[in-house]
Amino acid sequence: MESKELILEVKKLNTTFVSDKKETRIVKDVSFAVKRGTTLAVVGESGCSKSVTMNSIMRFLGRNAKVEAESIRFTAKRADGTAEPHQLEGIKNPNGAEMRALRGPQMSMVFQDPMSSLNPVYKVGDQVAEGLIQHTGISKKQAREQVLELFPRLGIPDPESRIDCYPHQFSGGMKQRVVIAIAMICNPELIICDEPTTALDVTIQAQIMELLKKLQVENGKSIILITHNMGLVAEMADEVCVMYMGRVVEFGSLEDIFDHPSHPYTKALLRSVPVLGLADGQKLETIPGITPNPADLKPGCEFADRCAECTERCRGANIPAYEIAPGHRVRCVQFDHFPEVD
Amino acid sequence: MKQQEKEILFQIRDLRTWFPITKGSFKKVVGHVKAVDGVSLDVYRGETLGVVGESGCGKSTLGKSIMMLEKPTGGQSLFRYGNDFKDVTKFSREEMFQFRCKVQMVFQDPYSALNPQKKIYTSFEEPLIVHGIKSQQEREELMSRALRMVNIQPDYLMRYPHEFSGGQRQRLCIARALEVMPEVLVCDEPVSALDVSIQAQVLNLMKDIQKELRLTYIFIAHDLSVVQYMSDRIAVMYLGKVVELADSRALYDDPMHPYTRALLSAIPVPDIHNPKKRQVLEGEVPSPIRKPTGCAFHNRCPHCTERCKTEDPPLRAKAGDETHLVACHLYDAAVSS
Repeated sequence: MESKELILEVKKLNTTFVSDKKETRIVKDVSFAVKRGTTLAVVGESGCSKSVTMNSIMRFLGRNAKVEAESIRFTAKRADGTAEPHQLEGIKNPNGAEMRALRGPQMSMVFQDPMSSLNPVYKVGDQVAEGLIQHTGISKKQAREQVLELFPRLGIPDPESRIDCYPHQFSGGMKQRVVIAIAMICNPELIICDEPTTALDVTIQAQIMELLKKLQVENGKSIILITHNMGLVAEMADEVCVMYMGRVVEFGSLEDIFDHPSHPYTKALLRSVPVLGLADGQKLETIPGITPNPADLKPGCEFADRCAECTERCRGANIPAYEIAPGHRVRCVQFDHFPEVD
Repeated sequence: MKQQEKEILFQIRDLRTWFPITKGSFKKVVGHVKAVDGVSLDVYRGETLGVVGESGCGKSTLGKSIMMLEKPTGGQSLFRYGNDFKDVTKFSREEMFQFRCKVQMVFQDPYSALNPQKKIYTSFEEPLIVHGIKSQQEREELMSRALRMVNIQPDYLMRYPHEFSGGQRQRLCIARALEVMPEVLVCDEPVSALDVSIQAQVLNLMKDIQKELRLTYIFIAHDLSVVQYMSDRIAVMYLGKVVELADSRALYDDPMHPYTRALLSAIPVPDIHNPKKRQVLEGEVPSPIRKPTGCAFHNRCPHCTERCKTEDPPLRAKAGDETHLVACHLYDAAVSS
């Protein structure tokens, strides 16, 4: 890795959901890292465990989820500039004091649907201030001052009158700004955005993305952006992590992924997006079949059934990741002449 | 262009669909939501007309008004019968039945468009019974023919909707619309609830079916790249009005209305070597209850002049290109009325 230090380093994260009959492994040996001040995009179809991975790190999952990892290291920065590492995998209670001290002031999350992530019966100002009061113990009045300061920075005009509005008085884009405000109010270093603009129009999406970029450039935030929009990835990301069926199938820099996509799934994903200005009569390429049921997976590569380049060896046992270029990892047997990494 | 040779199927003239806002116990009408406010369009046989715009711009209401699922409050919607045109908005119940055989709709959310308690068979049989196909054998033939068209095995008819994936469900919805052999399919955001890889499957299938049956599509979506891929012509809507109407190629190569340009530039492009300068629109779509005076776009437009604030620009053809219509004062010199 380069000289830039890592803010989050995840090694071999496994999440298993337990029902009364059986256990289903949803996230399998996921390893990735986020450098401080950069954006990592996590892409994949729905149902490929992008959100579960992030929720496992934030410990937002229910009691039926078992989160195990070799290491989840989150490195916060103290006010004097020294690093303060936290090992999240050892924390037993997902709602205990340790986790709560991190969620909010250090890392926070922006959820997909702004319509349902706000409480309709509380004023937006109170919802934003809640986290601040919880974590710093300042008075309501002081918290309100800070919220008033934050709103214009996030592009919410006329904060004095908007702070006492209820969520239904806001449009979709404005609600998403409020949700970002909730995530931002305690000034965390890492913001995880789970499909922040999927429910919004393209013009509003552009506004929100400009806002996130601004926050990153001006305040040096690190962002994990979960999305399935390859266009957004190209615009926002520094590094890309492609996931399929709970595994990281390809990880690399933006250039690695867009110029040298190596895993068949990444290639197929890139080709199936309709692009403006496609020639007449040109057909979109499709990925045959659907994502398999995670409860009954065959051994070997999860993508084998839908893959055009599938061979006998793909059906074998576990497929490791190969490092085909520095920092560019691919989980596909085609690249077995490259060194194996875990 | 060879527009003259093409057969006009629909002539929509100044169509308005306003929803009254009532107040008090006597339901006094205090205002209107002008969802569709004076739309004029021609739809040609065999083409795909795309309709794009942000949410709340009235594109779904336009689709429903064409289908007469929402009764328009004004204007005409003329549909071709042989060599005649009949005004759909004045149809009787009986005529409406006939009309619905010719025009069918596919809805946005395939998860809620199929009744989860009924087998696909029951959901599929109902429209055929309604449209008076008496013999069961004939109904079953029509059903399996429609299913084969969308590449689903006819023996899946005995299954329930939850046994299908999202893409399959949307294909089922398309098949159900095709059963009665319509000429026009109004598709309201047919792929926006689907994953990218599945989206491509459904779009390709829709193109194949169109070629096979010479269908006419009115394709409503908010995603300009999807619309551009599907459509021959595109109408861009803003606050209940069509602001630009052009061949999809021309719209992409030479967008004229500032709103179209902003929409195009807002789309993120999966190309890391040619990052484009994005023009971010300020603000949001104003409320269709209190529309801005003059050009409805003037408060977000980077080229707004005094005239735009008072005078509403009509939709006019660009000079030298009869097929490219734009409603903007900027092009007064360049357009012919």
